[in-house]
Amino acid sequence: MIRGLILPLLSGAIFGAGLTVGGMTDPARVRGFLDLFGAWDPTLAFVMGGAVLVMALAWVFQRRMQRPAFAESFALPDRSDITPRLVGGSALFGIGWGIAGLCPGPGFAALAIAPVPAAIFLAAMLAGMMIARLWEGKAGA
Amino acid sequence: MSLPGFPDAAPLAGLGGGVLIGLAAALMLLGAGRIAGVSGIAARAFGMTESSLPRAQALAFLIGLPLGALVIGALTGAAAPSFAGPVPLILAGLLVGIGTRLGSGCTSGHGVCGLSRLSQRSLVAVATFMATGFATVAAMNAFGIAVLP
Repeated sequence: MIRGLILPLLSGAIFGAGLTVGGMTDPARVRGFLDLFGAWDPTLAFVMGGAVLVMALAWVFQRRMQRPAFAESFALPDRSDITPRLVGGSALFGIGWGIAGLCPGPGFAALAIAPVPAAIFLAAMLAGMMIARLWEGKAGA
Repeated sequence: MSLPGFPDAAPLAGLGGGVLIGLAAALMLLGAGRIAGVSGIAARAFGMTESSLPRAQALAFLIGLPLGALVIGALTGAAAPSFAGPVPLILAGLLVGIGTRLGSGCTSGHGVCGLSRLSQRSLVAVATFMATGFATVAAMNAFGIAVLP
């Protein structure tokens, strides 16, 4: 049990370190990137580029592996349908991202930097997730 | 190093941070066989979605995020950045929570993991949230709404 927690804890810690090094825990930096028509700050593009490059390599390895190193099997998304839900949800997410300059990863990482604002953001985010869940329940999706 | 024309940009720190994020996501993929999508992992940790990822593992990943940030903060001694006030934080949090559940992912799941896999759904999601993110900041600037000091 404890052994199974080491990998996600380590992955989360490296992820949080990367977010901090890349400036993603600084809302001004993130909003600077989103300020495409103003004083644009391209730093986030470098963060995304570095992460996507490493992950593109990881997918090459993944395709050659029968199973992951420390788990029984791969559990990966396999959908390919473009739905109004996907587009509408992403659109709402982008608006929220633009308002405060925070997305979920930096929200959690920021607990170590500015606990009160981070906790307010995360509480609202979890409430939002709950609303989406209730909504989906009603829609029968 | 600075980028010509962009005095505030930190391309090397960005790239270094990105490589770390990529390594973390690769560890999750090749080690645990899963996508390191923070919104999905958060929903799982707080019991808002069914998933084969054990809840304790989802929580461990989330606890790791601030621990990593803490280590970097201690190493660099950088001053804490400014955050928005409670009202914009709550509004933003609600939209991020609803949006990432309906859209099945955020910057990490769709952005880092999905784009690198050339997932069409992720490509559409990223193009959409970037477009509305750009539009939101542009609109707020146009109306003179400042959320950061």
